[in-house]
Amino acid sequence: MERACRHDRGALPPPPAGEGWGEGVSTRENPQEDRALTLAFGSTSPASGRGKTSPRRRRASRSTSAFAAFIVANLALSASKAEELVSYKIVGDGIPQSLTGSPGDATRGRTLVLARTTTCILCHSGPFPEARFQGDLAPDLTGAGNRWKASQLRLRLVDASRFNAQTIMPSYYRNDGLVRVGRNFAGKPILSAAQIEDIVAFLATLRD
Amino acid sequence: MSIWRAIAAATLFAAAPALLAGEIPPDARRSGYSFMGPETRAMQDNDTSNPGMLFVLDGEALWGKKGGSADKSCADCHGDARSSMKGVAARYPAFDKALGRPVTLDQRINLCRANHQQAAALPYESRDLLALSAFVAHQSRGLPITAGSDPQAKPFVEQGRGLFMQREGQLNLACTNCHDDNFDKRLAGAPITQAQPTGYPLYRLEWQTLGSLERRLRSCMSGVRAQAYEYGSPELVALELYLMSRAHGLPMETPAVRP
Ligand code: HEC
Ligand code: HEC
Repeated sequence: MERACRHDRGALPPPPAGEGWGEGVSTRENPQEDRALTLAFGSTSPASGRGKTSPRRRRASRSTSAFAAFIVANLALSASKAEELVSYKIVGDGIPQSLTGSPGDATRGRTLVLARTTTCILCHSGPFPEARFQGDLAPDLTGAGNRWKASQLRLRLVDASRFNAQTIMPSYYRNDGLVRVGRNFAGKPILSAAQIEDIVAFLATLRD
Repeated sequence: MSIWRAIAAATLFAAAPALLAGEIPPDARRSGYSFMGPETRAMQDNDTSNPGMLFVLDGEALWGKKGGSADKSCADCHGDARSSMKGVAARYPAFDKALGRPVTLDQRINLCRANHQQAAALPYESRDLLALSAFVAHQSRGLPITAGSDPQAKPFVEQGRGLFMQREGQLNLACTNCHDDNFDKRLAGAPITQAQPTGYPLYRLEWQTLGSLERRLRSCMSGVRAQAYEYGSPELVALELYLMSRAHGLPMETPAVRP
């Protein structure tokens, strides 16, 4: 019986495509290979070595001081040189001005929204018939362009916590106040200003 | 208010501090198994199709194999694992008095190797370590999880709880955001479970191998683009301990199968 199993090994059913979460979406073979860790959703540039907080964490962390240590790590992170972000002005409940000074490209925006590495469809679904694996942690994006003005969409992408302090939606254009950011991502926003503009342009076209 | 209602209210209140906002009440706790499709469940249920059983068999062979400069096997000290190891994995990570901190089953196996077999430590996620821990944990299959009940483990359970509630990484998400608040939903098509660690080490089809709970936790951390803690770090041990205490009473399933 058990022998039979051993023979069948090569015949194991393949993992369900696209259903991985975490390291599964990377090509990492060896779980101990730390270098590759943050490639999991990696679309950004290679390790910068910035924001390395782990040695400090290790020294500081002991049961009760865990939270204090988090704060320390946090401060250390924000203190480390972060990438310069374009400054923007919030007016009312939005950011009226394009972050780049010019309008984004809706076609590129659509591609971005559908890319797993951009992370939108981990949580959202939308009018994307070709995307097999969409999330249902967040509202369907169909009609988002009816419900929100470009200025509001821009602020939501830049910092969704402005609309709901408890939201699980990440702030896509922020590089401080975060805890234990992976080496490859530390000090950088999730998306660039140009990518935000492309996505805003695309979302504005989502009208029923 | 009647005396009974007052007592009931007082009991509820007394029980409340253990259960923080957003945490899953005991009677609503479900193994990841209940979130899986029929094929994955069937694969886990049948020992001849469960690929994790190959590791359990390897572990059984290693259990009886002499090694180290002491030239002793696990069996030389512990005898028949079927009785001596029954229920053991269900209380791990367990507080180690000598070290003054909790140790995982993997760490215990390596402590035995160092102290009693005088053998080198087996690397994390190595086939032999996974096989031994799968074999030992398999002896608890069907038994309720009891880890974290030891009063000395308490501060470490609390540390783990803190880590579970802490938002981290570039995506700024905490374990609780998915596993307490959004289980039963889907993340890019994958079911989000309650993160009950009932079946570890387990076979993940995506990994094409058996993997430890620590490997799973590190995946979730890299998923939110956080710097994952090192294998065996106090933080991972504390998280593991918290997860086991959170799964109190659920039956062990090792080796489980997940997509
Ligand atoms: C981890 C989950 C998560 C991710 C990833 C995420 N969102 Fe969201 N999003 C939410 C949630 C939850 C809401 C509901 C409102 C709230 O809680 O802020 C929301 C609301 C929205 C809304 C308003 C929806 C409406 O019609 O009311 C838009 C538009 C939006 N998100 C776009 C995006 C885009 C574009 C991305 C990727 C660049 C993205 N989201 C990534 C969770 C997420
Ligand atoms: C954005 C959502 C999300 C976050 C945040 C998250 N996880 Fe997960 N977790 C998942 C998904 C999806 C799975 C995969 C379910 C499966 O296929 O087994 C998973 C699986 C798990 C499992 C395996 C459950 C089983 O049945 O084997 C554990 C344990 C776990 N996560 C713990 C954690 C911990 C601890 C953290 C924080 C460090 C965390 N998760 C953060 C989404 C998340």
